[in-house]
Amino acid sequence: MNIVVCVKQVPDTTEVRINPETNTLIRDGVESIINPYDMHAIEAGLQIKEQAGGKVTVLTMGPPQAENALREAISMGVDEAVLLTDRAFAGSDTWATAYALSKAIGHLGADIILCGKQAIDGDTAQVGPEIAEFLDIPHISYIRKIDEVKEDGIRVQRLMDEGFDVIESSLPVLLTVVRELNVPRMPSLKGKMAAKKAVIGKMTAADIGAEDSNLGLKGSPTQVRNIFAPEAKKDRMMLDGTTDEKIEALVKGLAGLKCI
Amino acid sequence: MYIKVNKDKCTGCETCLSSCPYDSIIVKDGKAEITELCQLCRSCLSVCPEGAIFEVEEEADKKEKEEGSGVWVFAEQRDGEIAGVSFELLGAGRRLAEKLGCGVSAVFFGGTATDAEELIRWGADKVYLCGDEMFRSFNDEPYANLLSELILRHKPEVVLAGATPIGRSFFPRVAAKLKTGLTADCTSLDIDGETKNLLQVRPAFGGNIMATILCPHTRPQMATVRPRVMKRGEYDGSRRGEIVKVGADNVGSRTKVIETVREVSEMSVNLQEANIIIAGGRGVGGEKGFQLLYELAAAFGGCVGASRAAVDEGWIPYRHQVGQTGKTVGPKLYIACGISGAVQHLVGMQSSDIIVAINKNPDAPIFNVATYGIVGDLFEILPLLIKKIKEVKEA
Repeated sequence: MNIVVCVKQVPDTTEVRINPETNTLIRDGVESIINPYDMHAIEAGLQIKEQAGGKVTVLTMGPPQAENALREAISMGVDEAVLLTDRAFAGSDTWATAYALSKAIGHLGADIILCGKQAIDGDTAQVGPEIAEFLDIPHISYIRKIDEVKEDGIRVQRLMDEGFDVIESSLPVLLTVVRELNVPRMPSLKGKMAAKKAVIGKMTAADIGAEDSNLGLKGSPTQVRNIFAPEAKKDRMMLDGTTDEKIEALVKGLAGLKCI
Repeated sequence: MYIKVNKDKCTGCETCLSSCPYDSIIVKDGKAEITELCQLCRSCLSVCPEGAIFEVEEEADKKEKEEGSGVWVFAEQRDGEIAGVSFELLGAGRRLAEKLGCGVSAVFFGGTATDAEELIRWGADKVYLCGDEMFRSFNDEPYANLLSELILRHKPEVVLAGATPIGRSFFPRVAAKLKTGLTADCTSLDIDGETKNLLQVRPAFGGNIMATILCPHTRPQMATVRPRVMKRGEYDGSRRGEIVKVGADNVGSRTKVIETVREVSEMSVNLQEANIIIAGGRGVGGEKGFQLLYELAAAFGGCVGASRAAVDEGWIPYRHQVGQTGKTVGPKLYIACGISGAVQHLVGMQSSDIIVAINKNPDAPIFNVATYGIVGDLFEILPLLIKKIKEVKEA
């Protein structure tokens, strides 16, 4: 069983704040982490391998420093790591990202491809399903449980708004996973040693045989036109005074609006 | 198009560095330089005191855009019931269609003609209906293949879907297949008066800032919208429209839904239907802090919600989470306790009628959406508020 796990290195975005005066991002001390949902995808890959045998390869597309994310994955126990990196990928939207990753996966070969349900910086949840479409294989999103993995098929549970669906699929298949699926393991000492020594495979646009017009900004159908901070409500009231006075004013206000 | 620095004008003052949300500007040999991380968001253009940063047009920018006409809404059904977000999309679709001077069509898979008529009464001029049994349960491939086929045949300008587990899962396949852009979780949609392009606003950077996304050259322009973000259109019982039946020949599926299990957590239903929600964030400090919120909720007769930060800390289960990656709620009263108010949270609750924000930090963005703001320590405020509410209720 060839298992490929796609991961993304993301800034720990809960720490990103906007300076209200200059309307710019405050980024001091923001660390890079493996996208938390991808940690569950790595864990799922390792568990499938433990049960069905095979090899787990972790793949990321990003700048050279994304290598750190791959080493972290190796410390958890994955067998191989590949960094897809090239200046030609810069400015890729989800379409161009999925195109490049699918080309790389085509070269690696995979029976099961695992992704986190979305990345916490973009929150689009689009790259996984788009990769599946480019590879012309089925995909199932929001996997909360893997019931059975066989040579020629898989049975999983897909989280829906009001419960879940039990779904069967042929292989190869792409799965995107949610937190409920598992608890990612901690790196072992042996894993940490391996991560230090591991040679990270590198692939460029030329290596994956990608069409230049489908890469980076050129290959991206969407563009960011502008960014802005949300505005304040016009009718808001900041309550002043002692704590008692503030509460008095609030309760009076809410009672007037028939909220109590 | 790309962004460039005029090296003769640049003084190396570094003002532009912090304006770039993508960290794409560096200063080399005393001059600013735009690196390949640039996403063309233009944030830096206005901040340069020397006016040294400018845009450069390329041949590709003048590329003819593809043709399309009509606004389409994917109307989703689950167990034969039309999802509420479909009516909201029809409302949004009508507003866009008015600006474009075109009609609105709904695409309805696995539903009945009776329900298709209901979509017409909610604003559709036309419904493409595929009643095939295979489309009753949701499988990504047949949904994506049939929708793509319809789009290629009729060439709509805009196609919208709900940002539900269904829309978010199969729409990307359609966009990949058609080589067009897709913007997830839009909080507002509008038409650019000049270019007639769809202006798609969504939270970016983990939701701390909003971005307007364009899909300037390819058609259709595709977007998903979270439930309860847009207003429903007007229901008109006498509206008439056309129902176009669509066959599903040659549409296969490599996935198969074996069983559908309904497992409605009482709490999540309560949260979405609650009139009053008391929500807590990182400032609540822990499980103990949430006990105070439960007490206040009991006093009000409401439910307890939480921000992603509080859920990630493990203080309260995920089913309480409000925001872009949790539930979208719209109660009469929403009291945010110790929630800073990242956009990712705000998009899930800002349609609430009355918002009360309690936070230590006077600069917390939650105060931007608040009706009433109280700057202070919630461990001091909440016990007093609980007491006061109980008094008022008993009186």
